[in-house]
Amino acid sequence: MATIVEWISVLLALAGAVFCAISAFGLIRFPDVYMRSHAATKSAALGVLFILGGAFLYFWAVDGAVDARLLLAIVFVFLTSPVAGHLNGRSAYRSGVKMWKGSVRDDFKDVLEKAGTSAPDAAFEKEKPKLP
Amino acid sequence: MPKGSDIFLQNVSKIVVFLVLAFALYLFFTGHGSPGGGFIAGLMSAGALLLLALAYDIETVRKVVPFDFKLITAIGLLIALGTGTGALLFGQPFLKHAFGHFDLPLLGDTELHTALIFDLGVYLAVVGVTMTILLTIGEDR
Repeated sequence: MATIVEWISVLLALAGAVFCAISAFGLIRFPDVYMRSHAATKSAALGVLFILGGAFLYFWAVDGAVDARLLLAIVFVFLTSPVAGHLNGRSAYRSGVKMWKGSVRDDFKDVLEKAGTSAPDAAFEKEKPKLP
Repeated sequence: MPKGSDIFLQNVSKIVVFLVLAFALYLFFTGHGSPGGGFIAGLMSAGALLLLALAYDIETVRKVVPFDFKLITAIGLLIALGTGTGALLFGQPFLKHAFGHFDLPLLGDTELHTALIFDLGVYLAVVGVTMTILLTIGEDR
């Protein structure tokens, strides 16, 4: 029983490492910020989740200890990594970073123009909260 | 703060702040037997409040935690000093700690240690100092 779970956790950790490596390749190979953010956010988060899940299974099967911190870390990474990617892409767009020249579609630009704030920074300046 | 300008960050930080605070509480109480303690728990609590300040603004943090953080630092230092001088009342040297086993209603047999009270002082001092630094730097005045 424990051997099977050990094998499963080994496979999970290996899959996670492979996902992280693919994410790193994406960071090097993709042409613009948005695609790189896509690679860094999704596959790296999935890789980390797999590695954490493998570690959780291993300690559960071998030591018999349910490590709630690993479960909490899985939930935490799952929640925060997409939001971090969203904020990266959003702040890059708002500060005027150009998309790759092969891009064919930009819906956010239409929305910003409809709101009367076509300049990338103007919308942000208007929304900026006043500090006391 | 305009509504909907940062809706992902705001809604996720609403959940994540509680996760981080719960983990800080765990670190605070587990400090005796495994890694953790008052210092790291205080830093994590301050980190949760900083996340709240990033997602909303400083006014929200002041409304959620309506304490003067300089006062919290002072209270933490007083608690730490109080556990030290409390030992003098029993004829023991300064900062001598004691522990005992008690039967608590829900937890059963629990080992209670006066080092926890000292750690509470450390926790409050760290939260107070960190939040004072962050809020002082963050405010544009």
